[in-house]
Amino acid sequence: MKVIIIDDEPLARGIVKEYLKSYSQVQIMAECGDGFDGVKAIAQHQPDLIFLDIQMPKINGFEMLELIDNPPTVIFTTAFDEYAMKAFEAHAIDYLLKPFGKERFDKAMSKRLWQKNDIPSALIDDVSSPESSNRVVVKKGQNIVVLPVQRIFYIEAFDDYVKIHTAEGFYLKKKTMSYFEKTLDPSQFVRVHRSFLLNLQELTRIEPMEKDNHVVLLKNGMRIPLSQSGYAKLKGVLGI
Amino acid sequence: MAAKQKFLIGVALGGWWLLWASVQFFVMLNYGLAMRESAIDSIATAIVLALAGYVMVTMVKYYRLSPKNILYVIGASLALAALCGGTLHELMKHLADDENYLKSLNIILPLRLVLIWLTVLTGALQGWLWFHVKEQRQQELHTKEAEQLLREAELASLRQQLQPHFLFNSLNSISSLTMVQPELARKMIEQLSDFLRGTVKKDGNQLVTLQDELHHLGLYLDIEKVRFGHRLITLINAEANTGLMKLPSLLLQPLVENAIKFGLYDTIGEVTIRIEAKSDNGMLLIQITNPFDPATASPKSGTGFGLQSVRRRLALLFYRHDLLSINKNENIFTTTIKIPQGEDRTP
Repeated sequence: MKVIIIDDEPLARGIVKEYLKSYSQVQIMAECGDGFDGVKAIAQHQPDLIFLDIQMPKINGFEMLELIDNPPTVIFTTAFDEYAMKAFEAHAIDYLLKPFGKERFDKAMSKRLWQKNDIPSALIDDVSSPESSNRVVVKKGQNIVVLPVQRIFYIEAFDDYVKIHTAEGFYLKKKTMSYFEKTLDPSQFVRVHRSFLLNLQELTRIEPMEKDNHVVLLKNGMRIPLSQSGYAKLKGVLGI
Repeated sequence: MAAKQKFLIGVALGGWWLLWASVQFFVMLNYGLAMRESAIDSIATAIVLALAGYVMVTMVKYYRLSPKNILYVIGASLALAALCGGTLHELMKHLADDENYLKSLNIILPLRLVLIWLTVLTGALQGWLWFHVKEQRQQELHTKEAEQLLREAELASLRQQLQPHFLFNSLNSISSLTMVQPELARKMIEQLSDFLRGTVKKDGNQLVTLQDELHHLGLYLDIEKVRFGHRLITLINAEANTGLMKLPSLLLQPLVENAIKFGLYDTIGEVTIRIEAKSDNGMLLIQITNPFDPATASPKSGTGFGLQSVRRRLALLFYRHDLLSINKNENIFTTTIKIPQGEDRTP
């Protein structure tokens, strides 16, 4: 069984390594100190199991998982994160609260050895870490981009993905529109249409179209359609 | 409540001037003056006095009690009394027909002037008393509020010290060390205990020397270094004359914690946190710098809870809001605090 340990504290990785010594079938492929290394190592080694910390430099554990297409089985290791706790409770994913003992560790391992699970995207969709309201992590080719939300023009539905439009073009991300509607600040991002979530900073004008329809004109000259309910919502947020 | 109070004050004042007019009326009758003239005189006097009193109270509202202002107020009251007395005198000359009354009008004049002056002055005094009491009550409320805020800040800073995240991660590091380096584990337990003890026993209002504060900070940094290994580098540079300068206890640790968090979680690789202390115009000046990534740092970063609570504590202790400042320069974030020394400190 191939295992990767991802944690920014060397001693925290050490304890997992130490506990894993009693599992002869386990082979530790890599140790990573941040999510960027984590993504690379997972792509390279295709592990069966990863131990993953949540609070890490640049991108957190949840954000790292979002960047992986077929995530392996995950055991979270974390100190104390209220939001993470809630997510775990709701989804019964295995997690180890630091500091954890060997017994607790073995229990988690025995669960993992018996059942193979895919990380349900539902888990990730429902976890809104404090960071996810002010940044979005996306992948462009091999590069990982941490995108502050202010740089997003608008988000557009695109099959199972969304297109995140910015000044540098768009990024694809496997998420739902409602995820972004829920996590982004509603006073800044408004769902103006079933397929469009608009950053209000980019709005310059609302223009009438034929009948009762309207479109929104953006600062960069683009136009995006407004649905009737979107128009009502927009008016509500703008106070007109 | 306020409206009801205003109404009651109005009724009391109205009653007072009615009483004044009645008493004056009967006194004048008693001296054998005509009923019509006595009535007009009493009512007119009461109205003029009420107006003069109002002017005086309004005036003292803006002139705080001081020797210079007392002179102003006495002068103003004299002028006002002359004006009121003169007006009443002339008014009565025109309105009165009674011979007897007109004859006594000139005899009464000095008495009238003195009486009006004393009354107006009494009004001013009462106004002063009233505003003084009001101000004092407000000050009391303000003090109470400040005390409340201070307590909250203390609690907040305490919570800050005992961050569960820090504690649990430290315990986890210790747990790991017990297996590989038991000696180091024991040392870290000692450091953690010393740090916690220092945090618990210190009173947030107390001033300590910079060298004591740096010692406490050192315990914290040693623990963080065990946790983050080679990633965390700290450089502390305090000028020789600053060691005995004073600052509120437990002030630096939340700032440094903020810098570490900001630095370590916003960048990858080694992170250098610099802490520099020097004396600047008699104040203790401390600068804490950490790297950050301007491309991804959200604008909200750096206004973290740690900074807020320190800013609040400084404002409460020194009544100044300019003692903590932050500066972002390319990829370096700097927090600067200035601590007034000696007499500069408002008790």
